[in-house]
Amino acid sequence: MLGRTANSIFWMFRYLERAENTARLLEAGFRMALTRGADAANEEWRSVIVTLGEQTAYQELHSEYSGAQVCNFVLRDRENPQNVLGMIEAARANARSARTSITAEVWEAVNEAWMVLGDLLDRPVREASLGSVLASIRREATLVRGATYGSMLRNEIYHFARAGTFLERADNTARILDVKYYLLLPSLAYVGSSLDTGQWDTVLRSLSAERAYRWLNAGRMDPRGIAEFLILDRRFPRSLAFCYDALRENLKALAELHHNRGECHTLMREADRRLCEATIDSIFDKGLHEFLTAFISENEAIATSIATDYRFIA
Amino acid sequence: MSIKPEPNFDEMRQADGAICPAYRDYVTWLEEQDPALMRRKSREAEQFFRRTGITFNVYGDDDAEERLIPFDMVPRIITGTEWRRLSRGIEQRVRALNAFMHDLYHRQEILRSGRIPLSLFKGNVAWLPQMVGFTPPGGVYTHIVGIDLVRTGPNEFMVLEDNARTPSGVSYMLENRETMMAMFPELFARIHVQSVSDYPRRLAKSLAACAPDAASDKPVVAVLTPGIYNSAYYEHAFLADQMGAELVEGSDLRVVDGRVQMRTTAGFQPIDVLYRRVDDDFLDPLTFNPQSMLGVPGIMDVYRSGGITIANAPGTGIADDKAIYSFMPEIVEFYTGEKPLLPNVPTWRCAEADSLAYVLDNIADLVVKEVHGSGGYGMLIGPTSSSREIARFRDKLKARPDNYIAQPTLALSTVPIFTKAGLAPRHVDLRPFVLVSPNGIDITPGGLTRVALKKGSLVVNSSQGGGTKDSWVLED
Repeated sequence: MLGRTANSIFWMFRYLERAENTARLLEAGFRMALTRGADAANEEWRSVIVTLGEQTAYQELHSEYSGAQVCNFVLRDRENPQNVLGMIEAARANARSARTSITAEVWEAVNEAWMVLGDLLDRPVREASLGSVLASIRREATLVRGATYGSMLRNEIYHFARAGTFLERADNTARILDVKYYLLLPSLAYVGSSLDTGQWDTVLRSLSAERAYRWLNAGRMDPRGIAEFLILDRRFPRSLAFCYDALRENLKALAELHHNRGECHTLMREADRRLCEATIDSIFDKGLHEFLTAFISENEAIATSIATDYRFIA
Repeated sequence: MSIKPEPNFDEMRQADGAICPAYRDYVTWLEEQDPALMRRKSREAEQFFRRTGITFNVYGDDDAEERLIPFDMVPRIITGTEWRRLSRGIEQRVRALNAFMHDLYHRQEILRSGRIPLSLFKGNVAWLPQMVGFTPPGGVYTHIVGIDLVRTGPNEFMVLEDNARTPSGVSYMLENRETMMAMFPELFARIHVQSVSDYPRRLAKSLAACAPDAASDKPVVAVLTPGIYNSAYYEHAFLADQMGAELVEGSDLRVVDGRVQMRTTAGFQPIDVLYRRVDDDFLDPLTFNPQSMLGVPGIMDVYRSGGITIANAPGTGIADDKAIYSFMPEIVEFYTGEKPLLPNVPTWRCAEADSLAYVLDNIADLVVKEVHGSGGYGMLIGPTSSSREIARFRDKLKARPDNYIAQPTLALSTVPIFTKAGLAPRHVDLRPFVLVSPNGIDITPGGLTRVALKKGSLVVNSSQGGGTKDSWVLED
């Protein structure tokens, strides 16, 4: 396949994954805001912007953090270079440019996502419809994933699609965990307080992990246990370990198809080894924030070397 | 020569109200259908096109980056007998076009004979000096041709235009048929229509048969597109997909070791046949427009040394020139030794003083076209234009008469379309698609019918609000 097409496929799936994860983050913020007083709600919306790393862009436009403003900024404001509608458009433009490498089912799913979400996000989103808009984003992304899983040949194209998905997901999980865990907790003294329990709940909800975690832990909220679950539990499909199992398999398949290993495989092996050797104790000894920032930059290095190894760009 | 529009010929219903033979079975079926159901089907068709992303882009229209070409579900029907006659005429014309192009880039016998004036192509930008003395692999210049036909009576088909450069629209021919078969399967069980669905396979085969000597046994074919913002991108992707060929852009290609190669995830791989949907001017910045980012630097050198086939060959646009068109009857006769089976639309060449005088006197009744124009842009339709528009066009005409030709406003045939108020006649044309290779000339039965959706309008171009219809050639 063409290097340019591989690039389009890779980014199509990265953008879809990012749009979906951003919707999850807003959903968690929305729920939290509903269960709090006005001040705490605004603080919760601020944390959504901080988690997305968009404070600077946001503060240039708005002086305060209200639900409607934050949601519109994140979902559809063209002044925000990372708006969700823009991600959907970018995913669709990439799909269009790689049109001959995806099945009609995948193309129709992503084209429909673009049409449906384009309509929904054409006007400002009111609070009353926020829940259904966010659910639509998740639903449309799920439909594309399902069409991909159900209709694509398991060839090179599929492996680039999956590699993009899991690289992006690992990045998003690591960022959410990092920001929520460290930057947002006013101090460790809050650990165990009700505010704190609420924060853990948001961390889990942002990653659609609350049910799974409660089910496994009989409802106990334990900060260390949550971090362990989101980083190391291979059963949970948004954990770093799960994402890297999947990423490793797809990169391995690419190496076998090409009879050749690249720089990305070397980086993958090292990152994978660090993750496999890590325990929650070793992570906390070293510092969770340090662990996660290192992970994020290694993850990006793998993405960059995939692009170089497979000639994404001339 | 009559220039007043006659009452036009309707292909479905004769003047006395009787149904024409081609439409008899269809009309019988149609009368059994529930009108409400038909209206619903018509809406479904639009949703289908939108969902599958069958769109085209309109230049200079920012709001609607991608638009649908409206599809009308009443088919345009031609009998097998009519088609056999037509296809003989098309084949003759395409043979002549290729011979003409070979001659223009070699001995230029036709100019020496004085049959067409030298002035016509001296200084004509569509004639490429870079092609002189070079014969493309297999001797084929126009691998894919679209011949635009109009009809004025039961047995009167005329050629309106030759598209020898990059005819588009074949994806609509294919998708229209798919849509019709999905909407009305029972109709196809009842009426036997010649299939068009193997066009992509025939295209792949025809292109592979034109591979250069440098090619391997299984020639690698690729489709070159300007990219997703091109108005016909959907078609480029569709054809590549259907042929199982790579869809490449200029930035994917590079000349390596004397071959044009594409950058794949495993390194550079040579291309044998490039079906390019990029204009001549943008093909090679080293040879043509140096600003072009859409082409491949050095591809012309590879081409001239036999390392790649470019389809269609550079320089074929000369045959799309409307002044050249006016000489097609002479051209056909010169190269085939036969009388043309398909006539031209009568054409006045404004470069000739007598014709210019006539056109200026009768401009309100004529259609005036730029010789290099296409897509319905830059033309004047006298009978439907305001006196101001006409006055402005007269000035342009007088300033550069050699830039224009004029034709009578023809009484184009109509075929009904489906409207909210029932069936209503609209003007149509037909673009059959022709494939040329050393193995012969292959014409897909039917083609693309374009229809003017506005009542009385004669402009069928999609960029000007035209729609399309499925085109049937009956088995008989």
